[in-house]
Amino acid sequence: MAFQILLNVIIAVTWMFLSVSFKPTTFIVGYLLGLFMLFLLRKSFSSRFYLDQVWAVIKLIILFFKELTLSNISVLLLIIKPKMQIRPAIFAMPTVLEKDWEITLLSSLITLTPGTMVIAISDDNKTLYIHTLDLDDVDEAIDSIRDTFEKAILEVSRS
Amino acid sequence: MTVIANILIVAAISIGTIFVLVTAIGLIRLPDAFSRAHAASKSATLGVMCILLGVFFHFWLNEGNFNSRILLGILFLFVTGPVGGHMMGRAAYLSGVKLWDKTVRDDLAEALKKKRERRK
Repeated sequence: MAFQILLNVIIAVTWMFLSVSFKPTTFIVGYLLGLFMLFLLRKSFSSRFYLDQVWAVIKLIILFFKELTLSNISVLLLIIKPKMQIRPAIFAMPTVLEKDWEITLLSSLITLTPGTMVIAISDDNKTLYIHTLDLDDVDEAIDSIRDTFEKAILEVSRS
Repeated sequence: MTVIANILIVAAISIGTIFVLVTAIGLIRLPDAFSRAHAASKSATLGVMCILLGVFFHFWLNEGNFNSRILLGILFLFVTGPVGGHMMGRAAYLSGVKLWDKTVRDDLAEALKKKRERRK
């Protein structure tokens, strides 16, 4: 991904040299031209076209803000209910993510959505121990995390 | 234009204040250290972020001053908030703070016990 971006910037700078004008607008035009060239040549790179990855990152951010708002509201309702109906629990969740930054990102996202908090990560980086405020069903909770965050992170890191 | 801007600003700051208030209520009402860490580390982060966003919009749309420092502040809160919550919970658990009457208390206790036995 980084290599393709670097290549795109080099193409843009070459375009600036070709048209002998060193203004930001020329750079942008050159960058768009380079983007088109890289799109045509996408089969010759070992990794996929980098806009795909950028789009996956944007989708992850949107998903995160959606989850953040929804779960904050649900915890708000939980707290101001006259009768506390919470059932805290710590459950283990196996993860398929491998790289350190992926696991850090996943646990940050889990921790920032209210109702769940990562307490510990096992030494072999394969299991997350999650404390949850209101446990209905462990499998359901694990599945919902897996379907949203883990899938989105995999989408970003897939090369 | 000013009306829309003001609605945006007032909404952001009120939502932020509500979240901070709910955090305070949660700190009083929740039963044990872990569920309090929940309230303290997240709703508060979101609340302060909403307030900062309102301040940013006020200075940008009404005073014409684009202050990027506020945006950086929001970003830094975002990055450090969950780490703080995680460290609090982990430190509390490892130093043996008891949980409230819990339903499932999966492997963490067992895993910890196994690890300590292996170390002996």
